[in-house]
Amino acid sequence: MKTKLLSEISKPGRRGYRFPKLDVPACDTRTLFGEKLAAEKPPEIPEVSEIDVTRHFQNLACDNFGVDIGFYPLGSCTMKYNPKVNEEVSREEGFASVHPLQPQETVQGTLEMMHTLTNYLCEITGMSWGTMQSMAGAHGEFTGMKLFRSYFQKKGEISRTRLIVPSSSHGTNPASAHLSGFEVIEVPADERGLVSPESLKPYLDDSLAGIMLTNPNTLGLYETDIIEISRMIHDAGGLLYYDGANLNAVMGKSRPGDMGFDVIHLNLHKTFSTPHGGGGPGSGPVLVADRLVEHLPVPDVVKTASGYKLDWDRPESIGKISGFYGNIGVLVKALTYILVMGRDGLTYASETAVLNANYLMESLKSAYYLPYDQVCKHEFVISADKIKKDTGITAVDVAKGLIERGIHPPTVYFPLIVPEALMFEPTETETLETLDHFIDAMKEIHRLAYEAPEQLKSAPHGTSVCRVDEVQAARNPKVCWE
Amino acid sequence: MLPSWKRMSIKNIQKDTDMSRQFSYIPHTEDDIRTMLKAIGVSSIDELFSDIPSSVTLQRPLDIPEGISEHEAAKFMKGLAERNILGTSFLGCGIYDHIVPPAVNQVLSTPAFVTAYTPYQAEISQGLLQGIFEFQSLVCKLTGMDVSNASLYDGATAAAEAAAISLQARRKADTILVSEAVHPFTRSVLRSYYQDSGVKVETIPVKNGATTLEGMKEKLDENTACVILQTPNIFGILEDFSGFADAVHEKKALAVISSNPMSLGVCRNQGSWGADIAIGDTQPFGLPASFGGPTVGYIGASGKLLRKMPGRIVGETQDTEGKRAFVLTLQAREQHIKRERATSNICSNQALAALASTAYLAMAGPYGLKEAGEQCAAKARYLYHLLQDIPGINVFSDKPFFNEFTLDFTSGKKAEAFIQGMNRQGIFAGVHLGALDDAFDGLTAVAVTEKRTREEMDRYAACAREVLS
Repeated sequence: MKTKLLSEISKPGRRGYRFPKLDVPACDTRTLFGEKLAAEKPPEIPEVSEIDVTRHFQNLACDNFGVDIGFYPLGSCTMKYNPKVNEEVSREEGFASVHPLQPQETVQGTLEMMHTLTNYLCEITGMSWGTMQSMAGAHGEFTGMKLFRSYFQKKGEISRTRLIVPSSSHGTNPASAHLSGFEVIEVPADERGLVSPESLKPYLDDSLAGIMLTNPNTLGLYETDIIEISRMIHDAGGLLYYDGANLNAVMGKSRPGDMGFDVIHLNLHKTFSTPHGGGGPGSGPVLVADRLVEHLPVPDVVKTASGYKLDWDRPESIGKISGFYGNIGVLVKALTYILVMGRDGLTYASETAVLNANYLMESLKSAYYLPYDQVCKHEFVISADKIKKDTGITAVDVAKGLIERGIHPPTVYFPLIVPEALMFEPTETETLETLDHFIDAMKEIHRLAYEAPEQLKSAPHGTSVCRVDEVQAARNPKVCWE
Repeated sequence: MLPSWKRMSIKNIQKDTDMSRQFSYIPHTEDDIRTMLKAIGVSSIDELFSDIPSSVTLQRPLDIPEGISEHEAAKFMKGLAERNILGTSFLGCGIYDHIVPPAVNQVLSTPAFVTAYTPYQAEISQGLLQGIFEFQSLVCKLTGMDVSNASLYDGATAAAEAAAISLQARRKADTILVSEAVHPFTRSVLRSYYQDSGVKVETIPVKNGATTLEGMKEKLDENTACVILQTPNIFGILEDFSGFADAVHEKKALAVISSNPMSLGVCRNQGSWGADIAIGDTQPFGLPASFGGPTVGYIGASGKLLRKMPGRIVGETQDTEGKRAFVLTLQAREQHIKRERATSNICSNQALAALASTAYLAMAGPYGLKEAGEQCAAKARYLYHLLQDIPGINVFSDKPFFNEFTLDFTSGKKAEAFIQGMNRQGIFAGVHLGALDDAFDGLTAVAVTEKRTREEMDRYAACAREVLS
């Protein structure tokens, strides 16, 4: 049974919340503001009771999948378990109730938290310093591109406008680069699924701004030529940007700073276990090498003899990139996670994430085509192309078949360089039993594709809705209730 | 490298000497690991990392503390939280201390929302999709606009995205006009986003605390992509935008108006002023101050701008059986399909926080929102009158205001001294606007919400008298 809309359960006269009795003289806002500035009438929003609201959201929750409900092997999204202690700590009144413009001596705890987290993230990645102000991975990329630009402007190299992005990259990479005014040059992956140094050679001139890379890349493969790539880009006067979406594969193993990256972003909602929240709030800290530190957004959090301070005196800074200082509540969760895991735990997380991914990959390759058959890191990509040619069953049909078996689908049709791509990232927090259940489900789906494809074509069954009509949604967009 | 005090402070809690890898979030037994390695055909986990060249393999442990139990980590973190000092808050400037109904907090803690990803797979994400659809609907109703999206990072970046829409809609225009009375941080974000890419971000000067039609017209021309305004503005003043939208449209530019959504139960909304794009931040609706984030940027727009909207949009449609269903729609605009030709790079939103604001609005309803607005206005008025009589305090303007007004201490030094003096009494008396923009030196914004009591305001006045005497 689908949940009704709030507008459909509204009844005039209902109210879900009572305010304290007004203890000062009341005033008529229409008189106070004047007819011209006052609202004619209150907005026409639903009138519902508290129990309506509570049930409404709990019913919606029952109609939604999450990591707490089942296996969520969505590639490049690192849907690991979200520890409950993180939530508890972030709700501490001392963190939750502080105002961003309070006197700085009254927010020492939060500033210390930010400073400590920045230090730890720098050590984990081999970078020098960073900002916590960017709110998400894509926001981090955008910030990173601003840093590139600012760096070149200061050097007087404004002709550096071309940015190399591999064809396997996340879509946000070229979008962020383009929005920041860079010309995007896409280089294809070679037969190994990697960026080959050879492919970069045509672009190594004084119009080169740099390269954006994910390592391991979106095929789950480590870019083994990274040192050579880094040398070539730097020799040509460019910079390297690291998309940290896949850091979960290499913590304690290999650091972007040591690989030669100049600017990186992390996704605390992926690697550092803060929840995804259905699409946010996330956090995308940006960390940089020494020579870019002066360009970081203001304010910086600095430690002085008299305590922590927000430092605004950064003449070379790119400025502010969000309203205040970032998604602070998310930072609290990430630091809690790092404290619990510690240096060994983080390394072990990457080891077991890679173990889980390789176990799945090996177990699936008898049934599904594996375009890059070699050791993977935290994720891998299989192709349903052959199945599609044989049976008409597509990557999406496989995904919907998984839904029916209580498993969240993988990332589909990405990366774009693999036809009918299915990208799996199990993460380290899943048990062997869960992985085996998943392997059985995938094999059963494979069998059905050949024996009873119609069962997959009409999947999923038993969900509150069947497959939805996306074409109608886009053709006649209805984005709010009547 | 890490300062030694930091390593010490955490290590001292308890050193984990047991190296048996008891990491509660990682469920592998030794047997499991053996089974898996065997299936893969390797003899050790290290072999799985043999593709990493030795020159970029970290040859030492990370220099961060060893792991500790959740209990100890929580205790350490709570210790940090306790180092923050709370007070009776009269701070605003974008973040307000309103009452949060407990039922709203429950939404923020619901596991199926907390631990979900962006709802790509509609069949198992109807809950989130519908919740976001309702958020979009409420934004439309509140602002008087036709369409909305799944939310943006915050109010300041919403302004930057509104500018992006305008620059797309007006391809030949290269100037963003922004009123000086718009939050200084929003203006900084606009500059950071655009000034390095050939777009001019110009300021419309303020007169007596408000933007004037003449002032705007002087700056407006064919190169203007949009004009960004704010009401209540940074001084708390309710701006009169009569004639603004017409003047903006005459130059084919877009009118963007930012509003504290809490004001919209009692104040005119953006749609009624003729705005093309309405923006703001829903933090006042059920979200904690949290040192400024996470909050939720909202954006509403006229229908013709729908396909230029950034970020996620949820649409209503049907499933194969004709049942109502919700789905992420108009994805052809987005980065994962269009790549560098996308209208925006935004991949996420503030979904969970947006759901909390949705729950808040549902709890309040039209009359709750009106009452909250009336209470804010009445209480702000009450304090304003109390303060007017205190020697040493001058109010900046006598223009109508919603829940925030500005005091003029004539110098930043005096303003800071006042704030510090009040701070010693456990009162956060206001925000020195001069700290946000040099041009506002000495001006101090004081915000009052329905959460403040008469007693607290009487105490504010008494302390102010003392501090200024």
